Amino acid sequence: MATRGQTIFLILLFVALALVPLAGERYPLELAVQLMIFGLFAMSLNVLIGHVGSISFGHAAFFAIGGYACAYFQTRLGWPIFVSMPAAIGLTAVCALIIGYFCVRLTELYFAILTLAFSMLVWAVAFKWTEVTGGGDGFVGITAPDFMSNPVLFFWFTFAIVAVSVGLLWLLSNSTMGKTFIAIRENPTRADFLGVNVRRMRLIAFVIAGAFAGIAGALLSFYVRGMFPESAFWTQSGQVMIMVLLGGMHSFVGPILGAVVIYVLETFISQYTQYWPIVLGTILLLIVMFAPDGLIGMFRSIGRRMSMRGRRNA
Amino acid sequence: MFTNPTFMAIQVLNSLSLAMNLFIIASALTLIFGVLRIVNFAHGAFYMIGAYVLYSVVGSFGETDLGFWTGVIAAGVVMAAVAYVVERFLLSRLYDKEHLLQLLFTFALVLIIKDAVKMIWGSLQYSVSYPPMMSGAVNLGITYYPTYLLFLCILGPLVAIGLWLGLEKTRWGRILRAARLDREMLGALGTDVTKVFSAVFVIGAAMAAIGGALAAPRVAVDPGMDALVIIDCFIIVIIGGIGSLWGSFVGALILGFLTVFGTLIFREWEIVLVYVMMIGVLLVRPWGLFGQPEAERH
Repeated sequence: MATRGQTIFLILLFVALALVPLAGERYPLELAVQLMIFGLFAMSLNVLIGHVGSISFGHAAFFAIGGYACAYFQTRLGWPIFVSMPAAIGLTAVCALIIGYFCVRLTELYFAILTLAFSMLVWAVAFKWTEVTGGGDGFVGITAPDFMSNPVLFFWFTFAIVAVSVGLLWLLSNSTMGKTFIAIRENPTRADFLGVNVRRMRLIAFVIAGAFAGIAGALLSFYVRGMFPESAFWTQSGQVMIMVLLGGMHSFVGPILGAVVIYVLETFISQYTQYWPIVLGTILLLIVMFAPDGLIGMFRSIGRRMSMRGRRNA
Repeated sequence: MFTNPTFMAIQVLNSLSLAMNLFIIASALTLIFGVLRIVNFAHGAFYMIGAYVLYSVVGSFGETDLGFWTGVIAAGVVMAAVAYVVERFLLSRLYDKEHLLQLLFTFALVLIIKDAVKMIWGSLQYSVSYPPMMSGAVNLGITYYPTYLLFLCILGPLVAIGLWLGLEKTRWGRILRAARLDREMLGALGTDVTKVFSAVFVIGAAMAAIGGALAAPRVAVDPGMDALVIIDCFIIVIIGGIGSLWGSFVGALILGFLTVFGTLIFREWEIVLVYVMMIGVLLVRPWGLFGQPEAERH
C-alpha cells in the first residue's frame, strides 16, 4: 500500500512540519496545526474509501463525537487530558462499532446513504442536546491543559499525536489486515471465497477509521476551544472526501497531501474572494472529470512517462 | 389539545401539505436514483434554484397569478436547461466510472450552485406570498385552511398518479423501467440509453425546481435552504425504498406526520425522532419499506 516513495514523502512532510516552529511566527503554526488535524481526518476516511473500498458519506459523525466527548470529559467532568482523550477515542470507537454494525450490512450506494443518515442523526443530537453539547451555539470554552495556551507547545502536542496516528495507520496498511482490506476492495467475492469474513473486516475497518477520526476531532476541539454541530453536518463529510479524492484515494499519503493542498489554497484564495466554495467546487469537478486518481495519480503517470522517455533515450 | 377536532384537523392538513410538497421533490430524487444509479446531492440545490427563479419572476411580474404560475413554469424550464447542459457535457462522461466519482460530482455541483446563487441573488432572506387566487382560506366545515396549502395536499397525489401512469402505462415508462432493471440489455435491444438517462436527469431536476418554486411561499428563500431539504428527501427515499415511487409517497407522508406531530409532542427533539424512525425502518427492512434488495454481492 504505502510504497517506498510514499513513505519517503511522508517522512519529508513531517520533517517540513517540524521546521515550522522555527519560523517563529504564529500564523504558519496555526495553519500547520489545522492541516495536520484535517490530514489525519482525511487519512482515517481513506481506511474506508481507499482500503476496503466502502464509500462512507457520514465520516464527520465520528469527528464530531470525538470532539464533543473530549470537550465534555475535559470541561464538565474535569478529567485530566491523559484520561479524557483516550476515553473520547474509546467512546468514538464504540459509536463506530454500533453504527458500523448496521452500515456494513449494506454495500456501495446504500452504505453511503446509510452512513450519511447516521451522521445526520449525530448532527441532530449535537444540535438539540443543549445540556451536553451546547446545542446550536456549540460547546464553547473548553478547559484545556495550561501548556496548550502556548501555540508552540500545542503545535508539538498535535504533531506528536498526528505522527503516532499516521505511523499506526502506516503499520496497518502494510500489515496482513491492510492487505486483506485491499483484497476486499478489489474483489469482495473472491476475498469471501478465500475465507475472509468480508462483513467483519469491513466493520473492523469502520471502527478503526472512526477511532482515528475521533482523535482528529478531539484535537480540533482543543484547537478551536470549542465544538460545533456543523462538524457533523453532511457538508463536512463531503469536504473531507474532497481531500481524499484530490490527493488520491488509492494511495496512502494521498489524503494528507489533499488536505495540505486544500488548506493552502483556501488560505490563499480567501484573501481575494469570499467565494472559496465555488473555487473548491470547480477544482472538485475538474478532478472528478479529468484526474480521478488525484494528485498522486498525476505524479505517477508523469513519472511513468518520464521513465519511458529515459529508457528510449538510453 | 389532541381532543380538539379543529386543532387536530389543522395539524393533519399541515402534515399533508408538508408531505406532498416534499414528495414532489423526493419522487424526482428516487427517479434519478432508480434509473441512473446516482445519489444526487445537488437535488436540494436544484430545489433552491427553483425557489429563486420564482422569486425573480414574481418580482418582475408583480404579485399576480400570472406572475406566480409563470414563475413556477420558468423554474422548471430554467432548471431543465441547466440540467441538460450539465448532463450532456459533464455527468454523461461519468456513467461508467465509480460511484464515488458520481457522488462527488453532484457534491461539486452543490458547492458551485450555492455560491452562484449567492452571487446572483445575494445572501438575504426573501419571502414570496401565496398567489392571489389562492391567498384566502377554504371553509372545510370543521375549520378554515389556507387555499394554497390545500392545493399542495391535492397536487401531491395527482403528481403521484401521473408519474405512476406514466411509468406503468406508456411506452416511455416501459423504457424507464427497463433501464432500471438492466441498462445493458435495453441498449442491446436498440434503445439509446444515453438519451433515456439524459431525459430522466432533466425531468428530475425540473421537478425538484418546480417543487422548490411551490415551496417558496411556505418557507424562507435563502442560500441555506438546500442543505436540509436534501436530507429530508434522503430520509423519505430511504424509508420508502430507494427507487420506489409509492415508497417515496409513503415515506413523505411518514416524514410529514412525524415532523408536525413530533414537534407537538417532543418539541425540539422531533428532528432526532425522524432519524430514529428512519434507522428503525432500516433495521427491519434494510432496503426500505418498498425497496428491493440489491443483488447479492456482499
